[in-house]
Amino acid sequence: MEAAAEPGNLAGVRHIILVLSGKGGVGKSTISTELALALRHAGKKVGILDVDLCGPSIPRMLRAQGRAVHQCDSGWVPVFVDQEQSISLMSVGFLLEKPDEAVVWRGPKKNALIKQFVSDVAWGQLDYLVVDTPPGTSDEHMATVDALRPYSPLGALVVTTPQAVSVGDVRRELTFCRKTGLRVVGLVENMSGFVCPHCAECTNVFSRGGGEELARHAGVPFLAGRAREWGAAPAGPAAGLRGGNGARAPSTPQRERQRGVHWMQAVPTGS
Amino acid sequence: MEEVPHDCPGAGSAQAGRGTSCQGCPNQRLCASGAGAAPDPAIEEIKEKMKTVKHKILVLSGKGGVGKSTFSAHLAHGLAEDENTQVALLDIDICGPSIPKIMGLEGEQFLEDNLGVMSVGFLLSSPDDAVIWRGPKKNGMIKQFLRDVDWGEVDYLVVDTPPGTSDEHLSIVQYLAATRIDGAVIITTPQEVSLQDVRKEISFCRKVKLPIIGVVENMSSFVCPNCKKESQIFPPTTGGAEVMCQDLKTPLLGRVPLDPHIGKSCDRGQSFMIDAPDSPATLAYRSIIQRIREFCRLHQPKEEQLVGS
Repeated sequence: MEAAAEPGNLAGVRHIILVLSGKGGVGKSTISTELALALRHAGKKVGILDVDLCGPSIPRMLRAQGRAVHQCDSGWVPVFVDQEQSISLMSVGFLLEKPDEAVVWRGPKKNALIKQFVSDVAWGQLDYLVVDTPPGTSDEHMATVDALRPYSPLGALVVTTPQAVSVGDVRRELTFCRKTGLRVVGLVENMSGFVCPHCAECTNVFSRGGGEELARHAGVPFLAGRAREWGAAPAGPAAGLRGGNGARAPSTPQRERQRGVHWMQAVPTGS
Repeated sequence: MEEVPHDCPGAGSAQAGRGTSCQGCPNQRLCASGAGAAPDPAIEEIKEKMKTVKHKILVLSGKGGVGKSTFSAHLAHGLAEDENTQVALLDIDICGPSIPKIMGLEGEQFLEDNLGVMSVGFLLSSPDDAVIWRGPKKNGMIKQFLRDVDWGEVDYLVVDTPPGTSDEHLSIVQYLAATRIDGAVIITTPQEVSLQDVRKEISFCRKVKLPIIGVVENMSSFVCPNCKKESQIFPPTTGGAEVMCQDLKTPLLGRVPLDPHIGKSCDRGQSFMIDAPDSPATLAYRSIIQRIREFCRLHQPKEEQLVGS
């Protein structure tokens, strides 16, 4: 399937945002999921494309493991994770026969699947397509940026934790964005602090300050005020970190609206 | 390093030289002749180089951010505390080389006399330089590290890897195929989203017949510096590493609690075990390192056990 003359399967997608880091384990998938949920809460139709082929985390986070992917005339039908069909998802996780099966592929094979994910998934009409990526600056990232370039993505949300090891990798990711012409929408500092469920004291478990300093050094927006409350989300069971079991923190309509408001401010809707 | 086409099927594949994307590639004829399927001569060269390396340990995960590099660095520090033990630490995370920072080595190559470190991080002139390489080029770098670095007489070679199960992992196993790898230490955190990837890594090890020394559960628990109560920062909703290890019949080498000082020591390039010798995390690291030493000693081939120590 080629996107050459026709707009193809991404024709109905208004905005594309990539979530990148360079560093592993900083919360890219968690933030991609939360972003999608917040956008849905703001009344948007959202798709999530999970291009982490070795470690696809999104199906579990949205409790969609084991769902089947169907074909239609335009290609693969993405999996809807909710009754209202406002969030759809495509991940290699759906294509594995056994969940513990390792995807042990070299670059060229990964590139080929990513191209298919971009051109052969029937996304339909979406307000936003959130693209979750694996750590690094390699095949998957180049393939994704190349395949999405004709559709002018809004840009990238870059995620870090405060510590120097993370910031070190993320600096290189910012260079990747610059070299590939990908605009950085903002930098999110995750896991800034852990709120003790016993005494509510917040401890900086992964050092502090790295994210803000990096944003300043690189001249990219630091999603600061919001970041400290949510994007620079305190980690921990009480503070709403999604991950382990796909369960969210006790969700209140107010919390959902707050998230929605923060993210709508952070993510430009463009023209 | 020659340019390979974007859709290169791989030199070893059945399509090598025959696919549509092979047209125009400088290696097309070579691949079509089946030469790509022949073993890489570098494997024998690496075997020679590795004759002076007694024990090789890979630190893997599958999941990112669980503490592979932190653990690799502290394993190297721990093994090198005996000044008669020669230790080498090789960082094959080409895109995200963390080892120079954690070892406090941005700019230098040797730490103590008996601890040597190699990383692509040392070859980059600026901390903003990105290594935007496809698989074949990363593989070439790994080959160079193994074949062209003069490792000398080494008791332990610790290899830190990036997350995933891809080029770097296949290459390190392939290039060390003619030598003996003692085994892999697999790092995880307690939560299911981590274990999910780690199960795949264990499956990868079994597929390529890489022995597994055991699993380390990192960031197991957190002790609040204020109230001193313990809590689970990454809840083990599916039983954590313990249940996974039981299910997959793999040893659990130990659990390391999350001490906020670990991150700070790493930021400063210091050994956390020296900075905080009484921390429960240090005690956990030391116990795990001891178990790894014992595994290596017990699993040495008989002829190596008779000669020397």
